[in-house]
Amino acid sequence: MLQIEGIHKTFNPGTVNEVRALQGVSLTLNQGSFLIIIGTNGSGKSTLLNAVAGSFIVDTGTINLADHDITKWPEHRRAKLIGRVFQNPFSGTAPTMSIAENLALAARRGKSRGLGWAVGRKGHAELRERVRTLNMGLEDRLDNAIGSLSGGQRQALTLLMASWLKPDLLLLDEHTAALDPKSAEQVIRLTHDIIARDKLTTLMVTHSMQQAVNLGDRIIMMHRGRILHDLQGSERARARPEDLLTRFEDIRRREQLDAPVAEMLQNFYV
Amino acid sequence: MTLLIGSLTLGLILALLALGVYISFRIFDMPDITAEGSVTLGAAVAATLMVGGHGAVVSTIAATLAGMLAGALTGLLATKCRINKLLSGILVMTALYSVNLHVMGKSNVPLLNEITLATRAEQFGAALFGTSGDLSIAGWEVGVRDASMLLGVLLFIAFACVALYLFFRTNLGTAMRATGDNPQMIRALGVSVDMFIVFGLAMSNGLIALSGALIAQYQGFADVQMGIGIVVLGLASVIIGEALVGTRAVGMLLVGTVMGSVLFRLLVAIALRWGLNPNDLKLITAVFVFAALVMPTLIRRFRTTVPTPAKAA
Ligand SMILES: Nc1ncnc2c1ncn2[C@@H]1O[C@H](COP(=O)(O)OP(=O)(O)OP(=O)(O)O)[C@@H](O)[C@H]1O
Ligand SMILES: [Mg+2]
Repeated sequence: MLQIEGIHKTFNPGTVNEVRALQGVSLTLNQGSFLIIIGTNGSGKSTLLNAVAGSFIVDTGTINLADHDITKWPEHRRAKLIGRVFQNPFSGTAPTMSIAENLALAARRGKSRGLGWAVGRKGHAELRERVRTLNMGLEDRLDNAIGSLSGGQRQALTLLMASWLKPDLLLLDEHTAALDPKSAEQVIRLTHDIIARDKLTTLMVTHSMQQAVNLGDRIIMMHRGRILHDLQGSERARARPEDLLTRFEDIRRREQLDAPVAEMLQNFYV
Repeated sequence: MTLLIGSLTLGLILALLALGVYISFRIFDMPDITAEGSVTLGAAVAATLMVGGHGAVVSTIAATLAGMLAGALTGLLATKCRINKLLSGILVMTALYSVNLHVMGKSNVPLLNEITLATRAEQFGAALFGTSGDLSIAGWEVGVRDASMLLGVLLFIAFACVALYLFFRTNLGTAMRATGDNPQMIRALGVSVDMFIVFGLAMSNGLIALSGALIAQYQGFADVQMGIGIVVLGLASVIIGEALVGTRAVGMLLVGTVMGSVLFRLLVAIALRWGLNPNDLKLITAVFVFAALVMPTLIRRFRTTVPTPAKAA
């Protein structure tokens, strides 16, 4: 279970580049829940995931995961509980190392790393079996460097790595955005299968309304560092891509209205 | 012949240094100039301890540990104190210059009658080949002393390479390689990148100090100036090695680095033989490394611009 309580994050505070990326986000995610996050560009979706993963420490608020208060934990310590797939297919794997070595690294996520063989003979057989489930023919190329694979293959492997030791929380940040449509579809299907099979608690960011309504059991919409809408239960079940787009349209209209109004007020009072 | 054997032996000893540079430069992508201080530190500690009556093995191990300490210090400055990586190395290197003078008490410590690892290699060679003075290998006359020294160093380096190769295939070693390859990924897999940088630099400088300790025993003295230019020399070996083996596989790169170090030493010996002014050696090494670093980019640019003149026009 994930509990986020009133977290704030301001980048470059007190400078001209000040960005209030998170302005009081609270969210409780039940065990096994699969949450989809949508929102306008720069609304703080990635920042929310980074805050949970520990890329930085939040200014205020608390984050609890699996009965641990992880608010002050450094990123590598949180990795014990969290599996992660990045938007950029290059971010999730070590390019000059082999597929087998990358998987072996993931098989010890958050565990001590000693002088045992990274890829033993027995381990190799297990790696093969698991990679076979991807249906990409990669099980015969375990000793090839990851750098020689396509973006889709890398994302599929990263997904496999992130879920290797069932994490208490899986974070997916637009992990298909950089892929061609066919690979994206393949990776999405894989995402669905893995999450359903292992009943993983998941936070997934996407720009695709289709993905948002097809996957997951809850949708939140972010805007300017806050959660604007939270669709659960029957409301979530009724949601169509068009409804979500309408909500985006609402935000846009309000923004357009806001800008002239603000200008007018400024001219008026300043 | 003696010249050839001499360059081979020195090239092999310097291969340890090149392996250390390989770890910092290629695995951690950090040109670590601490090496200039730690190679001298290794020589200084080993020589001083031996002059003080300690055994050669103990002194060499102590030298290696001293080097590891220096490397760890650079790592701590770079990670815990968030000092620029290059500057951290410069700080430790500069400090080591004084430390080395303190360790030695003067700027040069000769090893005259001490029993060094070189003496041990000679004794071992004498037992193996007899003490007849000269050996005939494939028609060449070779001094027993030179041959046994070369053999000893060869065994030593082979052992070091195998140990490193095996290490890089353990859980710890693969995590270390991944730290340099993709820090973002390995952090997400629960590894403290900071800790690994400290550990990796300690390992790198341990190897470099070990190399320094062996040089001192081979040459018969430790000198406070001996570290100058050593990083560029190590880089040259690493780069030649990569060109020789042409892959990114660890095992091959380790072997390549050793071959690169030996080849570079041989080239230097030949150049000196042809009348190259020894004073120009460092200049030429630097130019060589410069060329090796820019060449790949230049060639790529050349290849991509030349076949499309229509576009340019
Ligand atoms: N490390 C950082 N330093 C400074 N500003 C940052 C940093 N990370 C994010 N921001 C800013 O915070 C705001 C929110 O960014 P974030 O990446 O979370 O948006 P997002 O919702 O993921 O957008 P997108 O849909 O474009 O991915 C943006 O204005 C961004 O410029
Ligand atoms: Mg984003």
